[in-house]
Amino acid sequence: MSLLTRNVCRALMQGTYMTHMGKGVHTTSVNADKNVCYAPHSISTLQSSSTEGRIKCTLIPGDGVGPELVYSVQEVFKAADIPVDFESFFFSEVNPTLSAPLEDVVNSIARNKCCIKGILATPDFSHTGELQTLNMKLRNALDLYANVVHVKSLPNVKSRHRDVDCIIIREQTEGEYSALEHESVPGVVECLKIITAAKSERIAKFAFDYAVKMGRKKVTAVHKANIMKLGDGLFLRSCEEMAKLYPRLQFEKMIVDNCSMQMVSNPNQFDVMVTPNLYGNIVDNLASGLVGGAGVVAGASYSAECAVFEQGARHIFSGAVGKNIANPTAMLLCSANLLAHVNLHPYSRMIKNAINKVLTDGKVRTKDLGGQSTTKDFTNAVIHCLTTS
Amino acid sequence: MALRLLSKLNVRPELRGVVNLSSAAAPATLSDFDVQHKTPVVRKQHLVPKAHYGGRHAVTMLPGGGIGPECMGYVRDIFKYIGAPVDFEVVDIDPNVDNDEDVQYAITTIKRNGVCLKGNIETKSEAAYVTSRNIALRNSLDLYAYVLHCKSFPGITTRHKDIDIHIIRQNTEGEYAMLEHESVQGVIESMKVVTASNSERVARFAFEFAKRNNRKKVTTVHKANIMKLSDGLFLETSRRLAKEYPDIEHNDMIIDNCCMQLVSKPHQFDVMLMTNLYGSIVSNVVCGILGGAGLHSGRNYGDHYAVFEPGTRNTGTAIAGKNIANPIAMINASVDMLEHLGHHFHADLIKAAVAKTINEDHIMTPDLGGTASSTDVVKAIIDNIDMCIKNKVSFH
Repeated sequence: MSLLTRNVCRALMQGTYMTHMGKGVHTTSVNADKNVCYAPHSISTLQSSSTEGRIKCTLIPGDGVGPELVYSVQEVFKAADIPVDFESFFFSEVNPTLSAPLEDVVNSIARNKCCIKGILATPDFSHTGELQTLNMKLRNALDLYANVVHVKSLPNVKSRHRDVDCIIIREQTEGEYSALEHESVPGVVECLKIITAAKSERIAKFAFDYAVKMGRKKVTAVHKANIMKLGDGLFLRSCEEMAKLYPRLQFEKMIVDNCSMQMVSNPNQFDVMVTPNLYGNIVDNLASGLVGGAGVVAGASYSAECAVFEQGARHIFSGAVGKNIANPTAMLLCSANLLAHVNLHPYSRMIKNAINKVLTDGKVRTKDLGGQSTTKDFTNAVIHCLTTS
Repeated sequence: MALRLLSKLNVRPELRGVVNLSSAAAPATLSDFDVQHKTPVVRKQHLVPKAHYGGRHAVTMLPGGGIGPECMGYVRDIFKYIGAPVDFEVVDIDPNVDNDEDVQYAITTIKRNGVCLKGNIETKSEAAYVTSRNIALRNSLDLYAYVLHCKSFPGITTRHKDIDIHIIRQNTEGEYAMLEHESVQGVIESMKVVTASNSERVARFAFEFAKRNNRKKVTTVHKANIMKLSDGLFLETSRRLAKEYPDIEHNDMIIDNCCMQLVSKPHQFDVMLMTNLYGSIVSNVVCGILGGAGLHSGRNYGDHYAVFEPGTRNTGTAIAGKNIANPIAMINASVDMLEHLGHHFHADLIKAAVAKTINEDHIMTPDLGGTASSTDVVKAIIDNIDMCIKNKVSFH
């Protein structure tokens, strides 16, 4: 507990410190590289109100090792002198007394339009009788309907399969997560799974548009329409309907149980996958396991207006809190994706290159990748590669 | 199967017509002939969610022919420079093939993205059964209103100063209905179609437009003294709608007189409303008065989709690749697009930079009397964008 509080405080202080750090000059090492720095760093922004050229980003350290990982991101940002200011919120379900109110966090994200978020722990039993978790409340409040997890093999990370490269897109505002459960007769609990045409169409369109944007070839819809003929049937039909608008993309469908088997036996056949809520969650974690675990897979959630960057497989790794052994790769990749999203491509590329370099060298490895290095060692290695690249 | 094969070959047009009529049971894929003969009434569109994720928009880009691709390149350079939150999906259309596959695909992409930035698409074939691709695109997306904002640039010397006219043009029917036939040998009839529903839609668009933009006057341009029924309908409709907008003055003018007035006293016009062909003529006249084809941008609006393009629909094949094409028109079209998407910060930035480049720095391509090349102009605009950001005063 005390460890957790310490980490939280550190992250918060770091956050405020970053905010006040002011308008530092950009590093010469960045500007000197004319090849990658075509865009000026001063004006790349999604936030039309900001004319000063600094991006404001909401930061939710989260529970478990979240604060340690976020701290690592902040260290890297500071070292690279990236023009991003963090607005930090302690937000937690397991620690409701310290947690910032949901409205504040939602307002901040809606205003900044981007957010980096650690993982929020969800207790197994609700103390208040409420069925919605904080995560779900946040998603519903912001309508973050699409979750994207890009599962990609990293260099020098040992795993059973090589060259996995698939994008899993998950609807995350309805389906099994609708939080509608009741006990109709004592001993009989009904849990409602809601599928709507509007949301199914929306996620299908998102998946196809994402595939077009990333230059992908194939979209696979994952479903269980052979059993849930109406619910999943509607989802599947919406996907099929939408596929007609994309004649140049291949569309196929796969039942979720078969999909899980294929994923572990032959993951290279997958390109872009679109799934309803719960299947997405399972497939995300399955695929993340294939390429090195929760510590190396980045994800993001999108609404029409905002983007929240978070780890692809959501595990709080509470056993490692304070031990300085968690792998910050996923969080750093998230931050790189964030930078690309707000048009700071040169910085994004710089961080990604640095991570790749550290992994390729293979000298600094955290415990989950079979090494003995600490989170801090890894962060420092990345920072070192930043300055020398 | 036999029918399929026939339609794949380039059979004679009348035969194609028969083939397609008989295969009416399968209307999912419309051939060019079907597109040509669809009735010009309001089209039902199946709406899909717009491609707008995490604050970024996906936009279809159709570079088209002639100077289109190079101008699109300049637009992308500028967008990249200012980091506009727009992702382009580029669709190239091969001008030399006779089939409509590329165009249909382009239309599909616009349907799912909602917005398009386009150059002028070439239709090389002059065969009767090959529709102009630009028209096919406008018709199948039901883009019934075309808006051209003609505003003088103070830095360009022209005969008339301080002109500010909005031209609103019916975009899908009229003379462009493309219903032509040879009834007797040697006699060709071309139909001009005016419908009450489309006239009303575009007239309402014009008055709403005038109201929203604080305009004072709408002028309907017509030739109802000769074409008493067709243009008469158009004129009657606009008169009827004018009564619903008592704050806005409405008058009408015959097209020939209108052209004369435009070149002699253009300041009397505010918002102009007209049918398709007159719109084509008038917009070219006004653009000519204001400095040529390379300056102004046009907007095509339907109920659900918007397409942005350079104002005068010229391909500019003769000057393609010579680095002398004026990039301003396409850049202005992209500004319109950013405004439509709600990215006013970026739109204002480009607008201010363009105005400064032309009006203060006088960096212009040869068509405006300057000596700069296209790339010089784009570079000057990018430099001015930098300056605008530093000053933060030249735009609000």
